[in-house]
This record gives sequence, structure tokens and C-alpha cells, in this order.
Amino acid sequence: MLTYQFDWSVVTSGKYFEWLVSGFKVTLQLSVVGIVLAFIVGLLIAVMRMSNFRPVRWFALAYLEFFRNTPLLVQIFFWYFGSYKILPTAVNDWLNSTNFEFAAAVIALTIYTSAFIAEDIRSGVLSIPREQMEAARSAGFSYLRSMQYIILPQAVRITVPPLVNQFLNLAKNSSLAMTIGVMELTYQARQVESYTFKGFEAFTAATVVYLVLSTSITALVHIYDKRVLNPNRAV
Amino acid sequence: MIQFSGVHKWFKQLHVLNDINLRITPGEVLVVCGPSGSGKSTLIRTINQLEPINEGKLVVDGMDLLDKKTDINKLRAEIGFVFQQFNLYPHLSVLSNITLAPLKIRKMQKKEAEEQAMTLLARVGLAEKRDAYPSQLSGGQQQRVAIARALAMKPKIMLFDEPTSALDPEMIGEVLAVMQGLAGTGITMVVVTHEMGFAREVAHRVAFMDHGVVLEEAKPEEFFRNPQHERAQQFLKQLLSPMH
Ligand SMILES: Nc1ncnc2c1ncn2[C@@H]1O[C@H](COP(=O)(O)OP(=O)(O)OP(=O)(O)O)[C@@H](O)[C@H]1O
Ligand SMILES: [Mg+2]
Repeated sequence: MLTYQFDWSVVTSGKYFEWLVSGFKVTLQLSVVGIVLAFIVGLLIAVMRMSNFRPVRWFALAYLEFFRNTPLLVQIFFWYFGSYKILPTAVNDWLNSTNFEFAAAVIALTIYTSAFIAEDIRSGVLSIPREQMEAARSAGFSYLRSMQYIILPQAVRITVPPLVNQFLNLAKNSSLAMTIGVMELTYQARQVESYTFKGFEAFTAATVVYLVLSTSITALVHIYDKRVLNPNRAV
Repeated sequence: MIQFSGVHKWFKQLHVLNDINLRITPGEVLVVCGPSGSGKSTLIRTINQLEPINEGKLVVDGMDLLDKKTDINKLRAEIGFVFQQFNLYPHLSVLSNITLAPLKIRKMQKKEAEEQAMTLLARVGLAEKRDAYPSQLSGGQQQRVAIARALAMKPKIMLFDEPTSALDPEMIGEVLAVMQGLAGTGITMVVVTHEMGFAREVAHRVAFMDHGVVLEEAKPEEFFRNPQHERAQQFLKQLLSPMH
């Protein structure tokens, strides 16, 4: 016989509801800031990975291998517990005066996800016909400008589906930030559970919110894709 | 305007350009023809350094292409290149295809760049296609846009690499007409083509290539009436025979 008493009011109103809402706001911030930064860094690394200049290419390659092949949790711990040991005191003081947990989580999520995004964008670039680069160079664009105006815009357009995946991964992975004390959604759900013992309700609520977040990200990217990037794309 | 002196180029073992000596004067229209694989594309692509040369000297618009100090991007901005496969930017509208380089390289004002683009589109007969995307145009229309795009940089030199070979026969005329309109406007043109009608009417000179060598250079009337080399005779016979 089930003796557990469901009490959904815990997660729909009052103090605990507010905890969850504030957790959601932090998750949203982590996700949005992370996605924007990871996309920008991913683009940069993708371009560096294809550079003709060997040191740059090797740096990008090392970056990709390193950050794709180590667990995100370890990377989060590294930035949170490890990085300040090697940073100058002044930087540490400044970091401590800010929200250091949040910053460490954003850095870790950004770098980790950017490595995957860079590889997706690179395969997008490789699928653009060589003649596009020739046309751009013939017009007088430098290699980097050709990338910026002609190659990358096309590559990103065909990379939209894998990019959505990476964005979703980032949003979901942001829950790992709770391990260093970032008060995001999973952290708050855990708090609610330990204060009320209503674990089922708390984590169901968190699950629903993650679902809504993921669905919104997918929808937003698809709307942007349809309206701005590929207005003529079939389906 | 363009001067080849003892130019050689190899692709690995393959000797694609063999001692090219060619002088193209400002405003001249030179047609380059020859059998497939003879090195025509390679030759024309060395002029804007899409293919670097290995040996010899190549001076374009006063700039030595082997000189390290030559700013190749600056030189390329003065040279329009028209490809066999058009190579329009598929993610940009017709108008943006034409204005991109003037805006970003020449730092032209948007209004001015668009007005100029519209003038050029009118000139190639496609003013009403300004907002279309390349995929919505026929091959002949795409090629005319590609010509307008190249002209938007006000180039001193226009290079055409088989601009009509990828087109359906009924569209060849419209593209050749645009090119004919350009000839004699002072712009220097090098055109790789098998359109002998165009060569006869528009070219000032014809160069015939075979196996990486410019075998023959002549005024079109001489070249067609009395080709000197056996290879050129064969080539013309094949090209002009109805069964080719
Ligand atoms: N990038 C390359 N690498 C190696 N070989 C090449 C390359 N480009 C061209 N070649 C070879 O060089 C030779 C000359 O090629 P090119 O394209 O200049 O000839 P073409 O006269 O333009 O021929 P077509 O009429 O078929 O266009 C050919 O044998 C070709 O296979
Ligand atoms: Mg060719």
C-alpha cells in the first residue's frame, strides 16, 4: 500500500515555489549565457582548426581533444576548485567578490560545449563547395573575411540541427552546476526535497521545467532558422 | 595590363603551363581556346592567383605576382572573375550578392552600393530579380548576376572561364550579349570559351593552347581563316563540324 501523501501545493505556491522559480531563473541564465558564448567560441575554434598556420591549428586540435574527452563534471570542478590556485591574487579577489560559482559553471559549460559545436561547424564548412571560397577570394576577400561573410553563414545554416542538439545538451548539463553550489533549478529542487521530503513533487516540477526549457530552445532556433536563416528551406 | 614571361606551372609531375609568354594590353579582349585539359583554366586562374605560378614572371596591373610585397587581396579586388558554375552566394539575395564586396571591401555606403547594383542589374536585364535568391534563377540569369557582381567592383580586368559551357543552349546568347556589351568599354577581358562566334565578332586576339603551351596567337580573322598549327586546325574542324 502506498503511504506517500502527494502534496503538489508545495511546488505550486509559497516559499518553495519561489525557490524553484529562482532556480529556474539561474538555469535560464546559465543556459542563455552558455549557449551564446559556446556558439561564439565554437565558431572561433572551428576557424582555428582549419587555419593554415600550424600552431593555431594544433592549439585548436588540442582544445577539441582535451575538452571533448574529459567529463564535464571534472571540468566544472577544475574551474571551480583548481583554477584559482593558478590565478593571480588580484584576479581571485575580484572573482570572489563576484558570483564565482556561476562564473566557473559558465566557463566550464561554454568550453565543453564549444568543443562539440566547433566540430559540428567544421563539418558544415567542409560540406560547402570549394568554389564558394574561390568566389569569395576572387572578389578580394581575405581568408578570414571569406569565412565570415560567405562560408560560415552557409555552414551555420546547414548545421542548425546538430547545433540545436548542442544547445539542449548545454541546458541539460547546466544541472551539474549544483555540485559547486550554483543555486540553479536542480539545486533548488533538492533543497525543496530536503526541507519538505516532497521529493517526487519537487523533481517532477524540475523535470517539467527542463522539458519546457528544452522545447522552447528547439522552437526558438527553428523559428529563427525559418524566418531568418533559411526562409526557403523545405520542411 | 597583363604580362606573362616564361611562366611555368606544374601540378606534381604534370607540366600544365609550359613557358607561357603572353602580353595583354589595356582594353584588349583575348579569347583563349584549346582542347580539354590543355591548361586554359589554369592559365586564366594564375592571373588572379587562384593558382600560383612556379616559375617565370607574371605582372598584372603593374603588380608582380611573385613579389612578396604584392597585396593579393587588393589586386583581386581589381579583377572580376566569372566562373563556369556561376558560384553565386546561395545564402544571399541577388542584390546582396552584388553589394557584398563593394560594401565590405570598398567600404561603399549602402545606398550608393544598392543604386549601383540596380544599375548593373538593369544592364544585364534582371532588375526585377533583385530580391530573388540564386536558386530561384535559371543558369543564364545566374551567370548574368555573376557578371554584375564582378562589375560592381569596377574591375580593370574581367576574367571569364567558360562562362557559357554550363548553360542550356537557349541561354548562351543572353550571357554572350552581356559580355559583348562589355567589350570595347576599356575593360581588359580574358575569355576562355569555345564559342567561336563570340571569338570572331568580339575578340581582338585569339590564343590557342595545347598541352600547356600557347601554340598560336592571332587576330580572329587570321586564326579562323588560316590556323598555323595542325592541332589548331584539328581543333577548329572538330568544333565547327556539326557532329562534335
Ligand atoms: N588542382 C589540380 N591538381 C592537379 N591537376 C590539375 C588540377 N587542376 C587541373 N589539373 C590538371 O591540369 C591540366 C590542365 O587543366 P585545366 O583545367 O587548366 O584545363 P582546361 O584547358 O581548362 O580544360 P577544360 O577545357 O576541360 O576545362 C589537366 O590535365 C587537369 O587534369
Ligand atoms: Mg577549364
